[in-house]
Parts: sequence; structure tokens; C-alpha cells
Amino acid sequence: MTTAAVPSAKPYRWWHSRAVRRFCRHKLALTGMAMITLLTLACIIGPHVLPYDMLYIDLRARFSPPMTGDHYLGTDPLGRDIAARLLNAGRISLLVGFSAMLLSTLMGALVGVIAGYRGGLVGAALMRFTDAFLAFPSIFLVLALAALLKPTPEMITIIIALTHWMEVARIVEAEVRSLREREFVQAGRMLGLSSSHIMFREVLPNAMGPIIVAASLTVARAILLEAYVSFLGYGIQPPLPSWGNMLNGAQQYLAQAPWLAIVPGVTITIAVTSFNFIGDGLRDALDVRSDHM
Amino acid sequence: MPAFLLNRLWQSLVLLVIVSIIGFTVLNLIPGGPLAQFALDPGMTQDDLDRLARQMGLDRPLPVQYLDWAGKMLVGDWGNSFRDGAPVLDVIGRHIFATFLLMGSSTALSIAIGTWIGIRGATHRYSGFDYTATIGAMIALSIPTFWFGLVGIYIFSLKLGWLPAGNMYTIGDGSVLNYLHHLILPSIVLSLVNVAIWSRYMRSATLDVINQDFVKTARAKGLTERRVLMKHVVGNALLPMITLAGMQLPGILGGALVTETVFTWPGMGRLFLDSLGYSDYPVIMGLLMFSAILVILGNLLADIVVALVDPRIRLG
Repeated sequence: MTTAAVPSAKPYRWWHSRAVRRFCRHKLALTGMAMITLLTLACIIGPHVLPYDMLYIDLRARFSPPMTGDHYLGTDPLGRDIAARLLNAGRISLLVGFSAMLLSTLMGALVGVIAGYRGGLVGAALMRFTDAFLAFPSIFLVLALAALLKPTPEMITIIIALTHWMEVARIVEAEVRSLREREFVQAGRMLGLSSSHIMFREVLPNAMGPIIVAASLTVARAILLEAYVSFLGYGIQPPLPSWGNMLNGAQQYLAQAPWLAIVPGVTITIAVTSFNFIGDGLRDALDVRSDHM
Repeated sequence: MPAFLLNRLWQSLVLLVIVSIIGFTVLNLIPGGPLAQFALDPGMTQDDLDRLARQMGLDRPLPVQYLDWAGKMLVGDWGNSFRDGAPVLDVIGRHIFATFLLMGSSTALSIAIGTWIGIRGATHRYSGFDYTATIGAMIALSIPTFWFGLVGIYIFSLKLGWLPAGNMYTIGDGSVLNYLHHLILPSIVLSLVNVAIWSRYMRSATLDVINQDFVKTARAKGLTERRVLMKHVVGNALLPMITLAGMQLPGILGGALVTETVFTWPGMGRLFLDSLGYSDYPVIMGLLMFSAILVILGNLLADIVVALVDPRIRLG
């Protein structure tokens, strides 16, 4: 008996998948990807290349407008180089955004899976809890917690995550609830797989699309929130720079030094726009039906 | 209808209870807990604090304390401000008008503009206008509101001198025109995000309606496109917007807070920030609970309005 000629199946390559191809056709999403990559690289490499350290105080060059000497983006009221601060701040702001996204997505997925799979009283209680969290305007909650607790970057990350897990929880709960009775889950149960194995290995991957889209938008929101809280002085504390706390004194000096407001503000807008573009592309690529956009 | 509304009412009540539990937890997260007010006083010894804790009933089990606290909230005893000793509800009451004024004018503005953009985007789908509106909305959602406020102040107050940079009115001039003059810039700033959200939802709601049979029938009857749009499409597309307005309430409220802080607008947001600065925990807690209650009531109201307007729910 000869072995049947195996059709030369192409090996599975994730970058050939439909989702990736569709994402690559989405011009806005690609633009967003490119901008975020550039920004991230600049934040990683920039501080090593720039002529000034972010903490170096050049008292003779206070309030220099952009493009004076080696201060490409000007200096702040203390005479510190804005370019150096901006890129160092980017490390913190982007890191807070990403970590908050990871943490909140994890929390949301956990709550959603348990609520959806268990159902019954536990599920109902968890989802009402989720609704209750959604009733608080997140800015009020974040500000109150940031003012009460010690505002280190880690704490700000945790606080933002604590107020942004609800959307993912709702998505996952709905998905899991609809999948719970499907054959492959029953088959898993019959095979004697543990509940946690079925929940996290069999059911959850089916909800990956909406989760990824929600996550990309959460990065955008986390960056905005960090910026606002730090702008008010309750977020990342100086001398550690963040895009938000660079704007802290900007309103005071708006008339004499508008670049203090413009430079970080434009950077935040570019970063957040990029993540929103990426989220939009992912939504199209992963075929996520959304009522939002 | 009564069954549906009773069900919604019951859900809202359950939600309120959970919200109060979250609020109580936050209260106990405060360093020093409910005693924080007294711990700030340098003349306080540990013995004094312990005695106070017993007096205030803080040595009781947490569930008992919660019931006591929630019961007081229920009868309107929300504690007193650390700053001037005034009851928290009075303090909040003094700031509601300014916030509602700002939210109201901004919401009216965003609904007007957003509805127009959304409908036009849907009827001219994939046109230049539609693409510009889509990308514009995404950028608008990405601009930090407080920073947009700064840019507005820089251009319209500092450079052009057209609009005031803050406050709700000029002291000594309480005329309506003066209020309106101060209202313009903050309303526009707060509307940026709301217009973006509203126009996106309106676009998709219009698209949902526009291809339905009754619209085709209306066209087949020979109605003008304008009449089809105004009479058959817009009304039906606006219906889900009522629910949306309720759902967006926390966002609009949060946006108002942000806008108020930049424009020194004497509303709840400004009060919240000032209270944070003074560690005025009763007012902070009060505002947190008040805003959540407002959101729950807003959602309930939206559902009631939808039920009243939509015969399918009213009669179903």
C-alpha cells in the first residue's frame, strides 16, 4: 500500500491569514501602526541621542522657544530641554497605557469568563457589579483614587485598569454565555476536562476578536486619562516626566510660552489617534460588529 | 409597559445598592478612613482618635457600619464638608446649576451638529464628506479635552480676545448675555467629543433604517427624498439615540468635569477638584455617589422615554 499523495498543503502562516491581509489594506490602521512604531522607537533611542539630559537645568535658557540652539523643542520654565523630557515622558506614558490595557483586559476577561460560564447567581451578581462600576464617571473614580492613594506610575496603572475592565467583561460574558451550550464545550465536559481548561483554553479564544479591539481602544483611553490626571497634579509626580504632567504648568504660561502646551498636547493627540486608527483597522480585520463606530 | 418599567426600576435599585457598596469601600480606602478629618488635627493623640472611633461607631463590624452609613445617605444625611461645615448635599446643590447649564448647552449643540453629520454621512455613504467625518470623528475622540480647552483659550481669549478665558460670568454683571458669552467656549470644547460620538452613532442608526422596506415603500409612493428622510428615516433613527444619550451620561459628566477645571467653571467638576485639594473627603464621596446616582437615574429616564415613545415597547 502506498501512502496517498499528501496534497502539498501550505504550512500555516499567520501573516497570510485573512485578518492580517485585511488589516494591511486598512490605510488608517497602517498609518497608526507606523506612527506608534516611530514614536516608540524615538522614545527608546531619543534620550540617548539628544544633547541634553531631561533633568539638566539650563537657567540661562529658560522659556526658549523651539529651535533655539540645541533645544529643538524649546525649554520649560526651569530651563529643562523639552525634547528630552517629551521622549522620556513618552516611555512612561506609553508604558502606563500598555500596562493598564493588559491589566484591565486580564481582569475583564477573568470576570467575563467566570460570569458567563458559571451563570446563575454568581454570573448575575458579577454582571450587576460590572454595571455598577460603569455608573461612575471613570474620571471621577480615577481622580479620587489617585488623590487618596500614592500616585506612583504603578499605582496609576492599577487605578486606570480598575476603572476600565468593564467593557471587556461584558464582551466576554456575552460571548461565553452564547458558547456555553455549544457541542465543543459539551464534548470537553464529556472528556472530563476541568472547568478552567474549558473556560480559558476552549471558550475564551473564540472571543479574542472583540477583546483585541477593545484592548487597542483601552490603550488610547488610558493614555488620555493618565494625561488628564497628571495634568491636574494627581498623577505621575515630577521630576518623573509624563506627557500629562508636562502640561501641568502650561496653562499658567499660555500667553508667553504656548509651546509648553502645544508640544506635549500634539504628541498625546498623535499617539491616541494612532491607537484609535489601529483599533478601527482591527475591528474591520477581525470582523467585529460594534455599535460604537 | 408596567411590567417592563417595574423590572427596570428593580434593576436600578439593585444597581444603587451595589454602587453604594463600592462607594463605602472607597470611603474605607481613604488613609485614616472616616477619621481622616480628625487625624489631620495636630493636637489629636492616639487615645483621642480611639475614643472618637468608638463614638462614631467605627469599632463595629463593617456590615453594620455600612448599613448605618447607607441609611443616613437614604435620608439625605451625607455628612458635612470639612471646609465650611455645610451639609454635603447643600454644597453639591450650589454647584449643580453651573454643570447642568454647561452639559445642557453642549448636549444641544452636539445633538444638532452630530445628527446632521450622521445623517449626511449615511445618505452620502463613502463620499468625501463621509470619509472626512469618519476620520475627523476619530481624531476628535483622540484630542485630550483639557488640552483642546487650552488651545481654545489661547486662540480665542489670548490672541483674538473674543471670548473670556474662564468663569461663568463677570462679577457685577449678571446679565443673560454675559452668561452666554462665557458659555460659548466651554460648550464648544465639551462638544468636540460629543459631536464625534453622536455623529458616528447617528450614521449607523440611519444606515440601519434607510434600507428597510417602509423607507422603500415611502420612496415608491413618490415622496420626495427630503420628505422620506424627515418623516420616515430621522424619527426612527433618533429612537435608539435616546438610549444612547442615557448611556453616554457618565462620559458627558466626566467631560464636563474636565472642561470645568480648565475654564474655572463653578460646577461639580470644579468642586470635585477643589475638594481633592482640601482633602475634603465627605464632599469627594458625596460627588462620587451623586454622579453615579445621576447616571443610574439618567439611564432609567432614557428607558422610560423610549418606552413612552416607542409603541412596540409600550404595548408589547
